[in-house]
Amino acid sequence: MEIKSMRFKANAEASLANVVLQGNLKNAKGKFVTKRAEAIKELDDFEGTRDAAMAIRNKVIDNLDLWLERFEARAQETGAHVKWAKDGAEVCRLVTEIARAHGVTKVTKSKSMLSEEAGLNQALEAAGIQPVETDLGEYILQVNDNEPPSHIIAPAVHKSLDDVADLFHKVHGTPRKTEIPALTREAREVLRGHFLSAEMGLSGGNFLVAETGSVALVTNEGNGRMVTTMPRVHVVITGIEKVIPTLEDLSTLMRLLPRSATGQSISNYFSILTGVKKPDEHDGPEHLYFILVDSGRADVVGGEFHEMLRCIRCGACMNHCPVYQTIGGHAYGWVYPGPMGSVLTPLYAGIGNAIDLPHAATLCNQCGVVCPVKIPLPELLRKLREKQTEGGMRPLAERIGLRLWAWVAMRPRLYALGAAVGARYLKWLAGEGRSIRVLPAATEWTRGRDFPASQGRTFREMYAARRKAAAQEARQ
Amino acid sequence: MSSREDILGRVRAALHRNAGNAAEARAVMADALADRRPGPQPDIDNAPQALLQRFRIKSEQASSTVEVLADESQVPAAVARYLGAMKLPTSAVVWASLVGLDWAGAGLKVEARGAVDADLVGITGCFCAVAETGTLMMTSSPGTPAAVSLLPETHIAVVRASRIVPYMEDAWNLARAELGSLPRAVNFISGPSRTGDIEQTIVLGAHGPYRVHLVIVEG
Repeated sequence: MEIKSMRFKANAEASLANVVLQGNLKNAKGKFVTKRAEAIKELDDFEGTRDAAMAIRNKVIDNLDLWLERFEARAQETGAHVKWAKDGAEVCRLVTEIARAHGVTKVTKSKSMLSEEAGLNQALEAAGIQPVETDLGEYILQVNDNEPPSHIIAPAVHKSLDDVADLFHKVHGTPRKTEIPALTREAREVLRGHFLSAEMGLSGGNFLVAETGSVALVTNEGNGRMVTTMPRVHVVITGIEKVIPTLEDLSTLMRLLPRSATGQSISNYFSILTGVKKPDEHDGPEHLYFILVDSGRADVVGGEFHEMLRCIRCGACMNHCPVYQTIGGHAYGWVYPGPMGSVLTPLYAGIGNAIDLPHAATLCNQCGVVCPVKIPLPELLRKLREKQTEGGMRPLAERIGLRLWAWVAMRPRLYALGAAVGARYLKWLAGEGRSIRVLPAATEWTRGRDFPASQGRTFREMYAARRKAAAQEARQ
Repeated sequence: MSSREDILGRVRAALHRNAGNAAEARAVMADALADRRPGPQPDIDNAPQALLQRFRIKSEQASSTVEVLADESQVPAAVARYLGAMKLPTSAVVWASLVGLDWAGAGLKVEARGAVDADLVGITGCFCAVAETGTLMMTSSPGTPAAVSLLPETHIAVVRASRIVPYMEDAWNLARAELGSLPRAVNFISGPSRTGDIEQTIVLGAHGPYRVHLVIVEG
């Protein structure tokens, strides 16, 4: 997917001005947050479960090479093929090769964020292979000219009922429907034909189980089951960080993933797929491929951002983020929005391609508090900011400003003088009022809010005055 | 260099892998793989009646409907009553393990085979059921095709009360003990398929069944 994160500010402004989007975001925000809060109450030891989940993920990531080898060996024993891709281009090449080898003309897809990273749909189309998105949200976006998703769990969260009604009427050539169940039924009927005719199914993977060589898929609609049951070839595309040790570990993580994502105790379907169809079985794929993808992940291992590799892609961080709630997912400009995206995009797409993202956070730590695997997101965002500053990547004015401030701050007399002048200037700016409407040099900041006015004297001045008064009193 | 070697090579370098720490890490890995202790679990009363009760409540919360019967011979008549009340077709595709029941005596026409698109009712058993979340565990095999619980608009599942276990971890232990290795597909099912992708409004019947009816057999 093309990286548009450098346009974050302009994208965010457009999102703020989009009345429909603002309404949809407001509507979505409460539902995710309230349902999660209810669902975690069912766990008697939610914090203990989070600690256990964090430990499971760390156990693998701390020795990722060995766990990958173990998963690979186990998967091969079950009859699966395991392939490795360094980047998105290699993912596209491998999937196209597999499709050609099996004479595939149509691919049904359940949701895979990695295929979004790789831009796989465009590559398949270019190779003359038809990709069909089957998650309802992803399908809506695909038939709307391949619009990118704005949320990792609810990709079409920015679309209203009216948007979908207009779109289906136009794309399917059917009478315009205004009821959500009728629109869902229409998509079901269109997609059922694709499920039955596609030769290849493509899925992501929520987890790879080293004990059994299986992929675990968490879905609600049943499309994940369809694409892994009906076609004769199944291709799993996952990041190399998705391995977990055992089925017991899978159960622990499943107590957290659906609750954190949609506020469900468990998703409707939870499928653990191992190997290929036996000769006398009625359904299931005859060929199973795993594509284990690096795309920047290997370089995060063992480094200062390695905790990000624990992420299980639940979306709780964005659901609870005041910035995401206000601007939605598209403004972030790549596959992953919200706090997790503001860390992942610089790491996977290049720190220089996402200068504004680590700053698109108030560091309020809502994301850190709700993260089911305890990723310290605000800390990672702050580290990315430091990296930008160390690398001289901040805008020239900011760099000069900081240097100037540092120079002044190391000269106490000059600092005191500057502060005294500044405090009086701010008081003068405020005039009669107690706040400043427009602050020169920070107009972007004061456009949305007032700046509290200084009272005209600095702390040092007031402190000195008090000391003096106290000393006088003592003398009397 | 192959992509595999390139990727693993960079991971190894990042982790300062050498022969000494590899042996140590392999021992930790073997322990982790052999460790069958579950993580923290919510408290569940595991007396048989309490398990059945919890399974029933959780299943209903997941939008399934539930009927409890004293013994298996009552299943065909109960299924016929349900289909009649819902004005649903009286022919169904069924798992081979259940084809021996007297379906014809209840006025139903069933066939044991894989499911096709035209099937409107699918009748299955289940490997076991999980009380914690009101979940069916389905294991695929020639006699238990996965598509029977997926393609038809109505899914009816027969659940033996004695096969209701407290937690998913218990289901894994049953599978290890009775099946040895995992079958091609393990599907945990909790209610009818659904989507919330349009305005976060939950709609039942996305790509899988619109309705799931559970017939629990106590005897």
